[in-house]
Amino acid sequence: MWFELAHIWAALIAFAILAYVVLDGFDLGIGILYPLLRRGEERDTAMNTVAPVWDGNETWLVLGGGGLFAVFPLAYAVVMPALYPAVIAMLLALVFRGVAFEFRWRATRGRWIWDLSFFGGSLMAALSQGIILGALVQGIEVENRQYAGGNWDWLTPFSGLTAVALIWAYALLGACWLVMKTTGDLRDRARAMAWVAGGGTLVLVGLVSLATPFLNPAYLDRWFDRPNVFFTLWVPAAILGVAALFFHGMRRDRDALPFVAALGLFVLCFIGLGISFFPYIVPPSLTIIETAAPESSLWFLLAGALVLVPTILAYTAYAYWVFRGKIEPGEGYH
Amino acid sequence: MFDATALELARIQFAFTVSFHIIFPAFSIGLASYLAVLNGLHLVTGREVYLRLFDYWKIIFAVAFGMGVVSGITMSYQFGTNWSVFSDKTGPVLGPLMGYEVLSAFFLEAGFLGVMLFGRSKVGPKLHFLATFMVAIGTLGSAFWILSVNSWMQTPQGHGVNEAGQFIPLDWWAIVFNPSFPYRLVHMVLAAYLTTALVVAGVGGWHLLRDRADPAARRMFVMAMGMLVVVAPLQILAGDQHGLNTLTHQPAKVAAMEGHYDGHPEGGAPLILFGIPDDDAAEIRNVIEIPNLSSLILTHDLTSPLPGLKDFPEDQRPPAEIVFWSFRVMVGLGFAMLGLGIWGVVAWARGRIWQAPWLWRASMAMGPAGFVAVLAGWITTEVGRQPWTVYGELLTADSVSPLRLEAVSASLTAFVLVYFAVFGAGTFYILRLMSKPPEGGNPEPDMGPTRAEGITPGTVRGRHPQGET
Repeated sequence: MWFELAHIWAALIAFAILAYVVLDGFDLGIGILYPLLRRGEERDTAMNTVAPVWDGNETWLVLGGGGLFAVFPLAYAVVMPALYPAVIAMLLALVFRGVAFEFRWRATRGRWIWDLSFFGGSLMAALSQGIILGALVQGIEVENRQYAGGNWDWLTPFSGLTAVALIWAYALLGACWLVMKTTGDLRDRARAMAWVAGGGTLVLVGLVSLATPFLNPAYLDRWFDRPNVFFTLWVPAAILGVAALFFHGMRRDRDALPFVAALGLFVLCFIGLGISFFPYIVPPSLTIIETAAPESSLWFLLAGALVLVPTILAYTAYAYWVFRGKIEPGEGYH
Repeated sequence: MFDATALELARIQFAFTVSFHIIFPAFSIGLASYLAVLNGLHLVTGREVYLRLFDYWKIIFAVAFGMGVVSGITMSYQFGTNWSVFSDKTGPVLGPLMGYEVLSAFFLEAGFLGVMLFGRSKVGPKLHFLATFMVAIGTLGSAFWILSVNSWMQTPQGHGVNEAGQFIPLDWWAIVFNPSFPYRLVHMVLAAYLTTALVVAGVGGWHLLRDRADPAARRMFVMAMGMLVVVAPLQILAGDQHGLNTLTHQPAKVAAMEGHYDGHPEGGAPLILFGIPDDDAAEIRNVIEIPNLSSLILTHDLTSPLPGLKDFPEDQRPPAEIVFWSFRVMVGLGFAMLGLGIWGVVAWARGRIWQAPWLWRASMAMGPAGFVAVLAGWITTEVGRQPWTVYGELLTADSVSPLRLEAVSASLTAFVLVYFAVFGAGTFYILRLMSKPPEGGNPEPDMGPTRAEGITPGTVRGRHPQGET
């Protein structure tokens, strides 16, 4: 049977990772753009647009990793050592940027240190995640249930390209978020950044999309073989659609629309990845079925997930609703 | 300089990161409950002092919680990076438990944290209390699942093993509620409450020394003393019960804790108060002991036999040199906490708690004691489990990732540097927040002498309602 319980879980994990990427994406993006914001009120306000929600955003990363451990333990056990330096760098980067949310308000003379750690941590986390993505797409070597490649296999021109692309894409999300959530000078400055980030992101997404099919003959078949091509062509077409939506929103000063378009871009790229990957979870070595935990594990967690994931989405939505609308300068509890 | 293997470095790295991490949950579990109580009391009584205390501790909580989150994310990925064979083998059993922690607890804390910290004016006092309550429930839920995971590694049951060498769940009820889980959960949650009570008492004592009329300082101090005197005896009881359970399931660990290299098959094992364990010689030197007391404490019977470390194969003995000491530190601090609580309650009953600067100073000295006791307790239980990751079933040496020495030593160095720098700064900020008194409010009328025989110089400088100012 080609469709099994494991595939439901693959979809759920994919959803958790996507949720992480878009949610933490915009607050990482704000960190990446931080040096371009004016010291003082602008930076304070930008920080306060995400302060109430960043913690919940980052929790999706724990669900992505923890979920992989729970339902695809073999994939987790192979991927983590294979990408060891990138994963460790990401974790340490997240330490720096995570504490900055509180520390920068507590520091007196040392605030610049935590501003720097927010920027550096966000940039480094985005870079590591981009490399992790690229390294996964280009493939991981496995023997005897263990990673069988070298220490530096993850570092290639392709993973470098995906890293640059992800940094730009996060910056786009961050800029669009600020356009949506702020007013005045800050909003105008964010708008200028969104123009640049939007153009750059689209170019880089194009480059990654062009390079991907040539990494692996299976990707090429998946995308361009007939009849596959009739089912896959809609993805690039839809990307052009959201790009048009983005530019429309920008030109007409519809402040929420560019953010929605940027989210759409992430979703579509993610679907594109799924099309390339399936049925593998660690291409080209391990499939979803091969790495899945036994059914009793899958059922046990699924029973809870079916109740808890909608609950989480509900109260997360509530938290966003409480802090809806444009933020006033000086809002916060500091 | 060092002749270490990748395995040893991976173990040091795990011990280092988990020791740093445990500090924050130990504090935030207790503090989240304290915040919920303060918020609830303000809602019910309408008294301003509770809101002041809430706002004061809320900011300290936010800083500590942020550090707990980032160090916790590291933990969740470290299973994969450094212990990938362990992850592959135990994933089917432990993964879903951790999955439930994230889904039922971690999200709850993180989701309502924003409303708790920033949302009071937006959602009103009742929903704000609910958000605070949810954060507290979330921290306790995290403790539930993580302690279940740890307890299964100590006393595994309810599983089989498949052809790939993975542990396969057979009975989830038996896995979650494994034999040591209830004891461990109670012991840890009480430890978190004690840790927080000691910190609150220490901060209260500090501010009382400066201004003993400050109503917020008084309120937090008396609440903390009450908490200590209730929880410390419960903890001693829970620890005793946990010891009985450990003797049943992990007798080698108990032998290491007690410093018993030789068994006492005839019964009547003595309690070793002091001694210097030597694992290589398998003996303990310079012993001061009380006859039969070890048997009494561990089995509640003066003459029961007890096994010693020599009853186990040499390669299955935990290192007594560490466990013996960490256990004594934990127990000693536990009794000191009880003593402090009794002192506080006696002073209160005599009506002298606001003229007791030595009590306040003792509270400050004991402020960090909970953290030390928690760390010592975890060292006892985790080092005592060696050489196993899954007790009796999977060796630590067989759990490690296929990593190069350079990779692990580089990451270990990075973790040590970053953790000391970042969490050192965080500790500094927390201490600075604690050194400032809670703002606002009117001082309570002070019936005591304004200058208590020259031993409370702080009151002279402090605000005073009817004093000599």
